[in-house]
Amino acid sequence: MGKTLFDKVWDAHVVDTVENGPQILYIDKHLIHEVTSPQAFNELRERNIPIARPDKIVATADHNTPTKDQHLPVKDPLSKNQLQQLSENCKENNITLYGLGHEYNGIVHVMAPELGITQPGMTIVCGDSHTSTHGAFGTIAFGIGTSQVAQVFASQCLLLKKPKSLRVNVNGKLNKGVTPKDVILYIISKIGTNAGTGYFCEYAGDVFENMSMEGRMTVCNMSIEMGARGGMIAPDQTTFDYVSGRKFAPTGKDLEAKIAYWKTLPSDVDAIFDKEYHFDAEDIAPMVTYGTNPGMGIKITEHIPEYNDASFEKSLAYMNFKKGESLIGKPINFVFIGSCTNSRIEDFRLAASYIKGKRKADNVTAWLVPGSQQVAHQIQEEGLLSIFENSGFELRQPGCSACLAMNEDKIPRDEYCVSTSNRNFEGRQGQGSRTILASPLVAAATAIEGKIIDITKHLN
Amino acid sequence: MTPFKIVTSRAIPLPVENIDTDQIIPARFLKATDKKGFGDNLFRDWRYEKNGSPNDSFVLNSTKYRGQILIAGDNFGCGSSREHAAWALADYGFKVIISSFFADIFKGNALNNGMLPIQVSADFLKRIITHVEENPIAELTVNLETQTLETPVGTVDFDIDPYKKLCLINGYDDIEFLISKSDKIKAFEAQLD
Ligand code: SF4
Repeated sequence: MGKTLFDKVWDAHVVDTVENGPQILYIDKHLIHEVTSPQAFNELRERNIPIARPDKIVATADHNTPTKDQHLPVKDPLSKNQLQQLSENCKENNITLYGLGHEYNGIVHVMAPELGITQPGMTIVCGDSHTSTHGAFGTIAFGIGTSQVAQVFASQCLLLKKPKSLRVNVNGKLNKGVTPKDVILYIISKIGTNAGTGYFCEYAGDVFENMSMEGRMTVCNMSIEMGARGGMIAPDQTTFDYVSGRKFAPTGKDLEAKIAYWKTLPSDVDAIFDKEYHFDAEDIAPMVTYGTNPGMGIKITEHIPEYNDASFEKSLAYMNFKKGESLIGKPINFVFIGSCTNSRIEDFRLAASYIKGKRKADNVTAWLVPGSQQVAHQIQEEGLLSIFENSGFELRQPGCSACLAMNEDKIPRDEYCVSTSNRNFEGRQGQGSRTILASPLVAAATAIEGKIIDITKHLN
Repeated sequence: MTPFKIVTSRAIPLPVENIDTDQIIPARFLKATDKKGFGDNLFRDWRYEKNGSPNDSFVLNSTKYRGQILIAGDNFGCGSSREHAAWALADYGFKVIISSFFADIFKGNALNNGMLPIQVSADFLKRIITHVEENPIAELTVNLETQTLETPVGTVDFDIDPYKKLCLINGYDDIEFLISKSDKIKAFEAQLD
C-alpha cells in the first residue's frame, strides 16, 4: 500500500517507538511566543534541565502586543511583563527572538513562512493551535500545550500517537468572489467542528493545486476548526517558488537537493486514507458564520437554518439572531481584517481592490492589521496604504490584535464584528462581542457599506 | 504530578456542547507567567454577570452541585491550545472530566496535568447528566487501574492510552521519559544532516 504525504514526513521523523505506546517524534522547528512559553521556561529552570536545541527555536512577540505606538513602552503591566520574560528567556537560552519592532516581527504563522523558516517535509510545532497553517508547505505542523513546549525544550522531541488520516478533495472551478477563506468555511460548515478530531488532514484536488501559497495557508490554518490537529497540502512548483530566495531557505546545490526530496513527498496514488470527503468547487459561495463556532456557516445568500437543539439555540441567542433569518442587510459597526488566517499581502491586495475609489461607511470602525512587519512594508510599497487611507481606513501595526483581543483591540459588548480571523467563539474578540467570520473581500465590502451585502452582486 | 488512582466524588453537570477553551478561560486572563490561580477565572464570562456579580443560574454558582468531576457536553475543549484551560480546571479542583468527545489538544493538556478525560457514549452521557441533575448528591467513582467509571446509572469501561495510564498512576511526566532517551535522539540527530 502506498504512503500518504503525512506518512512520509512522519516516518522520516520517528526516533523510536515505545512498546505498546506512543512514538518519539523529532521536531525540526519550534516556534514560540510570549503567552504559552513562560511556564515552560520556568518548568525547565526549576528542574535544572537545559534547553536541548536553542538553534531550532525561533521566537516572536505577537499575541499580546499593541498595534499602535509599538515604539513606546507597553502600557499594560501584565503584557509588558510577559514580553519582558520572553526577551529574558530568549537571551538566557540563546534563542533568536524577533521581538516587538524588529523588521521580522509578526504573527508567528505569518513571519515564519515568509522568512523561509517553514519548509516542506519538516515537523514544526508551536504553543498555538493555528500552527496548522504551516501545513500549506507539505509540513507536519501542529499546535501543542505548554507541557509539550517544555518537552520539546528538553528533548527536541514529542511523545505522540500517530493520528489517523483524512483527505478533503475539492475539484472544479471556483465561482467569482470565492476566496480560500470561503473554501475552508464551506468545508467546515459541511463536515462540522469535530469531523477532524484524531485525524491529520490532507487537502487535495485542483482547487488547492491552483491556489497561491497565501491561500493554502488560509485553508490549512483553519484545519483545527474542524478538529484536525493539522492540515497539509502536497508541495509543488508553487511551494518551491515561494520558498526559494527567502531569508532562511536553502540555496544553490542544497536547494536543488531539497527540491528533489520535496518532490517525493506527495501522497502515492494508491495511498489509502481512513476517511475521505469530496466537494465540488462550483457549490461553494462567499460564506459568513452566524453562530459561535466556525462550523455554523452559511453562504451569504442563505438563511440561518432552523434546528431544534439547545446548544444551537444558546448560540443564536448569544448572537441575537433568529432561526430562518438572512444576514444580508445586517448593520455592522466593526470590521477586522487581520489574524494569521488572513493578514498576508494577498489578503490586503484583495481588500484594496474592492475598497479602491470607495469610502468607508461612517458607522464602521475598521481595523486593518498586517500579519508582520514585512507585510506592512509591502502594503506601503505596493501603494495599498494610500488606497486604504484615501478610503478612510487606518492601517495598524502587526500582531494578533482583535483575533483574540488580548491587547486593547477589543470589540465592545453586543457589537457585531465581521472578521477575517478564525474563531467566532463567545467573547473571543472582547467580552460580549459577536463575531461573524468572513473573507477579506466580504469584510472589505461590509466596511464600505456598513452592513452585510450580497457580495456576488457587487463584483465586476 | 500527583499520582491518580481512584476518585470518588459528586459531579457537576454542564450539558453545553462545543465548550471551547476561550469559555474555559478567556484570553484576557492569559497574561500570567505561572500556572497558579487560573481557577478563579474558570468559565469567567458564564460565571459572572456583566456587573461582576455571580450569575446564579450558572452551575458552578449553584449550591446544589459540587465535586471533582465535571460532566460536559460533546466536543469539550475545542479551540485554542492554551494549557491555561487545563490549569484552570485543575486549579478549581477538577480531577476528572466526562464528555462524549474531547478535542485532541485539550485531552493531551489535561493528561499532562494529572486530570483524566473520560469519553463515554452520547447516550450514557445524557443518562448520567439527567441523573445527576435530579440527584445532585449522587456519587461517581473513577478507577484508573481498572479503567472503570461507576455511576448510579451503570458502570462503564473507558479507554486510555496504556503509556498515559502508567504516567498518570505513577505521577510521571513525558519530560523524564524523553530525557532518558537522549542517546537515541542524539543518534537520530547525527544522521539528519
Ligand atoms: S492571529 Fe489569532 S489565531 Fe492566529 S496566532 Fe494570533 S491569536 Fe492565534
